[in-house]
Amino acid sequence: MSAYLVRRALQAVAVLAAMSLLVHVLLALMPGDPVDLMAAGDPRMTAADLQRLRELHGVDRPMLERYLAWAGTALQGDFGWSRAFRRPVLEVIAPRLWNTVLLMGSALALALAIGLPLGIWAAAREGSMVDRVVNLACFAGAATPTFWLALLLMMLFAVQLGWLPAGGLPPARSGLAGSLRHMALPVATLALAEAGIYARHLRAAMVEALAEDHVRTARAKGASRLRVLLVHALRNAMIPVATVAALGFGGLFSGALVTETMFAWPGMGKLIYDSILGSDFNVALVALLFATLLTLLGSLLADIACAALDPRISLAEAGRE
Amino acid sequence: MIPRRVLGRAAIALAATLALLCAAAPLVEAALGLDHEATDLLARLEPPSLAHPLGTDDLGRDLLARLLHGGRVSLLVGVVAATIAAVLGTGLGLAAGYLGGRLDSILMRVTDLVIALPLLALLIVLAAIDLTRLGVPEDMARSPEAGLARIVAITAAFGWTTVARLVRAATLSLRARDFVRAAVALGASPARVMLVHILPSAMPTVLVATALAVGEVIKFESVLSFLGLGIQPPVPSWGNMLTNAQELIWTAPALALWPGLLILGTVAACNLLADAAARRMRPARGGGRR
Repeated sequence: MSAYLVRRALQAVAVLAAMSLLVHVLLALMPGDPVDLMAAGDPRMTAADLQRLRELHGVDRPMLERYLAWAGTALQGDFGWSRAFRRPVLEVIAPRLWNTVLLMGSALALALAIGLPLGIWAAAREGSMVDRVVNLACFAGAATPTFWLALLLMMLFAVQLGWLPAGGLPPARSGLAGSLRHMALPVATLALAEAGIYARHLRAAMVEALAEDHVRTARAKGASRLRVLLVHALRNAMIPVATVAALGFGGLFSGALVTETMFAWPGMGKLIYDSILGSDFNVALVALLFATLLTLLGSLLADIACAALDPRISLAEAGRE
Repeated sequence: MIPRRVLGRAAIALAATLALLCAAAPLVEAALGLDHEATDLLARLEPPSLAHPLGTDDLGRDLLARLLHGGRVSLLVGVVAATIAAVLGTGLGLAAGYLGGRLDSILMRVTDLVIALPLLALLIVLAAIDLTRLGVPEDMARSPEAGLARIVAITAAFGWTTVARLVRAATLSLRARDFVRAAVALGASPARVMLVHILPSAMPTVLVATALAVGEVIKFESVLSFLGLGIQPPVPSWGNMLTNAQELIWTAPALALWPGLLILGTVAACNLLADAAARRMRPARGGGRR
């Protein structure tokens, strides 16, 4: 187990290092360098000033050299300053990281709470009306762009019915009810987008599990219908679902980016979007790395869940290949 | 409820109708006397009428004509990018599945990684880079064609992984079949075995994967365009037609409905098509029964 965790940690470090280099290269291709942006904000600057600033900040040096310099300070825990917020990058990111974890965690929980019962129900009544309706709903869900779903929910609950706020964080001291009201629409958007995936995979896995010998044995020895479904079949059927969840964190974060941007939810996704459009490159780079770390951690947790569900999977062997 | 077979045919019919209507957008415009670029500030946000079958948008442009032209762009991007992704993915999947070894393990690592990464954030970075810094001439980099090419390149660059996975799996099972082993025994080169013997049998898989990829690409294009980083106005696409919709949901909800419905319909048609084709390919597992 610990050897496995060490190997996964090393992989994560390698991915993050590769990602930081890649993003560094891409950010260097963005329109305008930081010094241009400073100049745009101060009309008194002369060409000589600009040249001096370029030398001072090392903007004129080659890409690789700049990357190594950044990596050197980053390894010491200094990720630089945000141009837009005029604060250290980490201070900008920390509260947003929490907001995103909150959004993604609640959405994942809600998606599982919707998707798993539907998947079990559809599999238990394979071929019935219920099965078909669930199947069709999953198909429609998979084809719906998240941002459009967000628009629809906004239109229904914030505009037509006026029940819920259309976005933003709850004002300070609004209590639990206020926070839940503000979270409702973003979480629902993200959860509905994901629920169909889980329902579809669980249904398929349950149908297979229900056809297996041990389930027949359980039925033969007189286990109740519910017990067969929830105890004997579900446990095996959860394994592919956990795998899907493990691979799904990247998609979940992409969904969170859209949802946060639309509902003005101050999380990592919105921060990445805003910082790229606002040329706040220090923030964009570090925020992307944290987002990557978040998805890698998510898939690690789901992998561990997989191994817990299936004694045949040994973490010590997984990933070595 | 509708049997699967009918659903598959309905998907084909829907996809074909949408594609035809969009391809014939200029003809439809001419027949109905519409113009997707003409603004009419005195007729903003009009409800549907004889002159404007679906009403007008916030600049008084005809919504139906814009939807059709937007569909041309969205479908073009979807089909072209998915085709490029399919060619790339098929090549890599074949090579990885047949040759195995180092190439195979690297490929599988990369595809795992692409799935696990915060992909949309990376796409946004790619969509925002300045093409002139890559040596593209200024006027070319600003043209609408460059915007199209950029979004095709970005979505294709990330779309190949699903195709590669599916083709690799198909190749692995085909590699062990007798006719492939016979070809190898007869001295066929690896390239010949892959292209002449395995590829034709893997073709159904490739088509299914491509249909899925078209849907995926259209979704990615729409979200990037929606965020203002894909197809740039005034060129309409289903995604960027929704960009302003969020501010207008209080006054003109219909503007937010139509483009989204078309994206949903198109992506659903692609997925159903892939599903129907996949069922055809393995009749033993209940193509007709269910």
